[in-house]
Amino acid sequence: MIEKFLRATGSWAISILRRMGHMFLFLLRSIYYIFVPPFKFRLLLREIRFIGTKSMTVILLMGSFTGMVLALQIFYTLRKVGSEAMLGPAVAISLIRELGPVLSALTITGRAGSALAAEIGIMRISEQIDALTAMALSPIRYLIVPKMVAAVIVFPLLAAIYDVIGIFGGYFVGVKLLGLSAGTYFSQMKHFIVMEDITIGMYKALTFGVLVLWICCYKGFYTGYGAEGVSKATTEAVVMSSVLILVSDYVLGAFFI
Amino acid sequence: MIKIADLHRSFGGQTVLRGVSLSVADKELIAIIGESGGGKSVLLRHLIGLLKPDRGTVQVEGEDITTLTGRKLDRIREKFGVVFQGGALFDSFTVYDNIAFPLKEKTKLPKQEIHERVEEALEDVGLKGMESKYPAEISGGMKKRVALARALITEPKIVLFDEPTTGLDPIMLHAIHKLITDTHRKYGFTGVMISHDIPEIFHVADRIAFLYRGVIELVGTPREIRTSSDPVVRQFIRGSLRGPIEIV
Ligand SMILES: Nc1ncnc2c1ncn2[C@@H]1O[C@H](COP(=O)(O)OP(=O)(O)OP(=O)(O)O)[C@@H](O)[C@H]1O
Ligand SMILES: [Mg+2]
Repeated sequence: MIEKFLRATGSWAISILRRMGHMFLFLLRSIYYIFVPPFKFRLLLREIRFIGTKSMTVILLMGSFTGMVLALQIFYTLRKVGSEAMLGPAVAISLIRELGPVLSALTITGRAGSALAAEIGIMRISEQIDALTAMALSPIRYLIVPKMVAAVIVFPLLAAIYDVIGIFGGYFVGVKLLGLSAGTYFSQMKHFIVMEDITIGMYKALTFGVLVLWICCYKGFYTGYGAEGVSKATTEAVVMSSVLILVSDYVLGAFFI
Repeated sequence: MIKIADLHRSFGGQTVLRGVSLSVADKELIAIIGESGGGKSVLLRHLIGLLKPDRGTVQVEGEDITTLTGRKLDRIREKFGVVFQGGALFDSFTVYDNIAFPLKEKTKLPKQEIHERVEEALEDVGLKGMESKYPAEISGGMKKRVALARALITEPKIVLFDEPTTGLDPIMLHAIHKLITDTHRKYGFTGVMISHDIPEIFHVADRIAFLYRGVIELVGTPREIRTSSDPVVRQFIRGSLRGPIEIV
């Protein structure tokens, strides 16, 4: 009885470890090909367009509403202690340190991450990845590296846009709707926000970018067969990426920065 | 040129190849026939290292590729052109870019020359005017022909064809067979071709190998195959329902 239990736990643990090792090797291989020429700039531009440019609309929308809701909530709390003047810094700090990077990463995962996992998965089941391999061309170099590098560039930029548009959303609610003076909103912000807040936000966005693309590319690359396999890979990619964004956000916030 | 020896491969509990041995001579065009689901595609994938065998070897020009990895394996792969069963066209590229891709990536040819060769290849497979279409916008048979053009464009020493003519109309089938034999005569590649086109394949291949139950049941010239007294072979090439091959 006990032996059976131990054996089951053991084999479970081994399979988890093996899968993690496999994922890690995939990441290492991708990083290797980032630094070994020839580089595929055109593919990189294509991915930046797909992951970045095409996410702009939804990022603008999400960012502005996040800022507006945030201002609304924080304003009522602050009014209770009579310090409405702090609205600007409160909104800005929440956005820059936390919400901007996290919510923009979640948004990109939903919009682009799932599509990337599906795209790579379909290339796998329709033998396009095999075709590349058979031509002695590395599928990692052609498919994965451009997406990874694009993410490293795009995630921080979109997080920054999210922050800015969110701050203006907060401005709209706080100043135009709730009657705070415009000068207070921005000047207090300048006082309280330090460079460190911004770098922390950017580090987070960078981490999320690598994490999301790693998971989504891996899941697509090793998808199961058929339409079912790809849809499962896509779902898993999005769920796992979203969970890891939040977990790593906590870990980064609590232990490193 | 290619020497397959005692190749075994199973997936989970299902044994697909159980000791395939076959030699392909230099510049020979050999056809592999056999039941659907009998492991022909699996065998072909072993020839280029996309699958590793459980046991046995595959020698290409004297080198055992089953133990090679990385750059060494890539050096062997560069000798190959492959037509996959489903075409395996890059669906984010146009027809033109699909065919030009191996030339762009593997050679340093000037743009103008690449253009000329792609146009010529398109004409050969009867797809002139289709340059700017995407794989999703063309028919199954057209995909096959694009895949064929892409595989032959680099004039590889060895070409693997996985059912290059399945799903084509009879005229196109003959046109493609003619293209393959013409190219074969012109460049003298070594070819391994999976085919279901009986009897047409008898006029194309130098030899025919019959894969049955995971082994090469018989290999010989088209004439030898046609006149074989082996009941399995006879049933297969006639396509009759009665005989030793059971239909499930
Ligand atoms: N990657 C794989 N994983 C598991 N089983 C596989 C895999 N590839 C092939 N098989 C199994 O191996 C068997 C042979 O498949 P294969 O594709 O080689 O058949 P085939 O001879 O090419 O048939 P067809 O003429 O229909 O193309 C099938 O039963 C298939 O289920
Ligand atoms: Mg097949």
